[in-house]
Amino acid sequence: MSRAELLADDPIWLILLKVLCIFLFALLTAMITVWAERRLIGRMQNRPGPNRVGPFGLLQPIADAIKMPFKEEIVPRTADKVTYRLAPVLALSPTMIGLAVMPFGPEVSIFGERTVLQLVDLPVGVLVVLAAASIGVYGVVLAGWSSGTPYPLLGGLRSAAQVISYEIAMGLAIVAVILQTHSLSLGDIVDSQQGLWFGIALFPAFFIYLVAMVGETNRAPFDLPEAESELVAGFHTEYSSMKFVIFYIAEYINMIVVSAMGTTLFLGGYMAPWPISLIGDNYFNSGWWPMLWFIGKIGLALFFFIWLRGTLPRYRYDQFMKLGWKFLVPISLVFIVALTVINVFDQLSTTGILISAGFFILLLIALVMMIPDRREPRAGRVPLSGGGYPVPPIDLQIPSKPRRTKQARSRAGRRQTVAAGAKEGDDGVS
Amino acid sequence: MSNSAMLLAQAGAEVAKVSTGEAISFWILAPLALGGALGMIFARNAVHSAMFLVLTMLSLGVMYMVQQAPFLGFVQIIVYTGAIMMLFLFVLMLVGRDSSDSVVEVLRGQRVWAAILGIGLAGLLVTGVAEALTSVRPVGLAEQNAGGANVANIGRSVFTDYLFPFELTSALLITAALGAMVLGYTDKSKRRTQRETADARFRGEHDRPSPLPGPGVYATANSVAVPALLPDGSIAPESVSAIIEATASRELATDIETVAGAIPGPDAHALKPAAAKEGDK
Repeated sequence: MSRAELLADDPIWLILLKVLCIFLFALLTAMITVWAERRLIGRMQNRPGPNRVGPFGLLQPIADAIKMPFKEEIVPRTADKVTYRLAPVLALSPTMIGLAVMPFGPEVSIFGERTVLQLVDLPVGVLVVLAAASIGVYGVVLAGWSSGTPYPLLGGLRSAAQVISYEIAMGLAIVAVILQTHSLSLGDIVDSQQGLWFGIALFPAFFIYLVAMVGETNRAPFDLPEAESELVAGFHTEYSSMKFVIFYIAEYINMIVVSAMGTTLFLGGYMAPWPISLIGDNYFNSGWWPMLWFIGKIGLALFFFIWLRGTLPRYRYDQFMKLGWKFLVPISLVFIVALTVINVFDQLSTTGILISAGFFILLLIALVMMIPDRREPRAGRVPLSGGGYPVPPIDLQIPSKPRRTKQARSRAGRRQTVAAGAKEGDDGVS
Repeated sequence: MSNSAMLLAQAGAEVAKVSTGEAISFWILAPLALGGALGMIFARNAVHSAMFLVLTMLSLGVMYMVQQAPFLGFVQIIVYTGAIMMLFLFVLMLVGRDSSDSVVEVLRGQRVWAAILGIGLAGLLVTGVAEALTSVRPVGLAEQNAGGANVANIGRSVFTDYLFPFELTSALLITAALGAMVLGYTDKSKRRTQRETADARFRGEHDRPSPLPGPGVYATANSVAVPALLPDGSIAPESVSAIIEATASRELATDIETVAGAIPGPDAHALKPAAAKEGDK
């Protein structure tokens, strides 16, 4: 039976069980990620991180979860009340949808029922994740707008522009994968990575996805919507207590979703990594084992997020937009064209190859022509000395002393008299 | 739109059996879509209007999915709610939350023409739907979707039978994008240098030669909304950013007055001891 048929066969209790498991997985992983992030960032910055509650501070997330709802909730007087309350819900709920289409593992048996470790395998699974992400932005944007104060508004605007821009780059990276699999279903995409992972085969697309996924989740170094040095806390400045927690969790679940998506698209999904896949006739690729690999790969991706945050300084906003639109999008477009050419290369006749090669060369020439000439940085400026200021000239030629004019001489004379204490400073305006 | 969908669904029940799941989702989504459409028209606030439209579009997207067109449904959500409405919201937020439409007619006879054209459009829609109900038999997409080939079949029709309209649409969009770029482009190479700007300021081409005064942050309070004080003790209105002023000026008028000293109270700006101040008065 195919994956879709197996899933269509699921009884209702099994579907509910899967929903519950996905929900718990998202929340628990988010909590563990919060703890791991604080510990790891602490280690990277030579400090212990949380270490008071439980061994290694492991119970810190639970302590926070108890503390946060009991904090005072402050609603600004200028807030748009309904939208202000709606925004956290809109931020959190779509993030869970993305996990519903992720394939966690192959065919297994749960209480005697054959099924696949996946809630639903839609023929357009990839689009579900993108759609959920695009709905999730509304939470951030509305939070910024409804707070009724300038900093959240600026954060919300930044976030809207950022997510739309980086979703384009992300979508184009995904197109490269879809070109190879001929299917939008995530189950099929994993199945077609039996041999080589797309992360290696389509490395440029993988690289673009990695950058875009950080931009999409508003994480450092692209955390401009909540840049504390510029916007206090960005879109959630005015949120406190439980509503703030919801934004916090939504950010982490979002990270988990894009990590799971990256794993599925580029890192072979739930397939065992290469040396392990050789053991015992691919024994570790059957039953419940693949779920371990899947979660392990998600963990690696999450570590990558944390590592980036601990390593890189925040981008400036215009540089960030330039990176997205002028670097990532063109590169992925060129890569898609190149990939298509490689795919149909065998079917082309010699004439076809020659024509496309000629076209390619023409395109290259046109591109080279479009590179602007470098402007002379100091055009029209009179050099002060032989070499560049403040470096002394190589030939050590001493600049000639300027000739003293009559005016300068009289000024110098006056300075001397002032120093002597004479009272004639009143007409000294020159 | 929703009305027509409702009629279609009822007609569909007569021609081909509608499954229970489809009926349930229809009766949940149709009121939502209709409510969103009405809310969009009647909402006072432009952002609320946009949000109601988003609700309608989402409901329509889910309806497409239920009607065996998952690709169309998700594209509807990604493109319309995710990109287009987001850009709308972006502009609305930039324009400002307090701006509302004026009810004054800008064009003469606008309302009459709007009513006439609206009735005309309604007539066209009703005729179209009636035609569809009487003489069109729904076939369903089961045959097209067989074996998960929904996306592939859409791709095939777009790039074979409907290639010309497709290319025409993309040409239109590119033209629009280029037009926007031409209109919005400013030549940065002709930007004035700092020196030239300073000269222009002193020649009187700007409102004032000096930059605006900084706010009174840290003088008596730590909020940027606190205005700076001039040497004579009066407040400098230009010292508070226009954005901050516009955002909360109405709601926070009392607070501003308190800070500015218009309301009697303990004078935080007084540098002399209290007794000396009494003597001054």
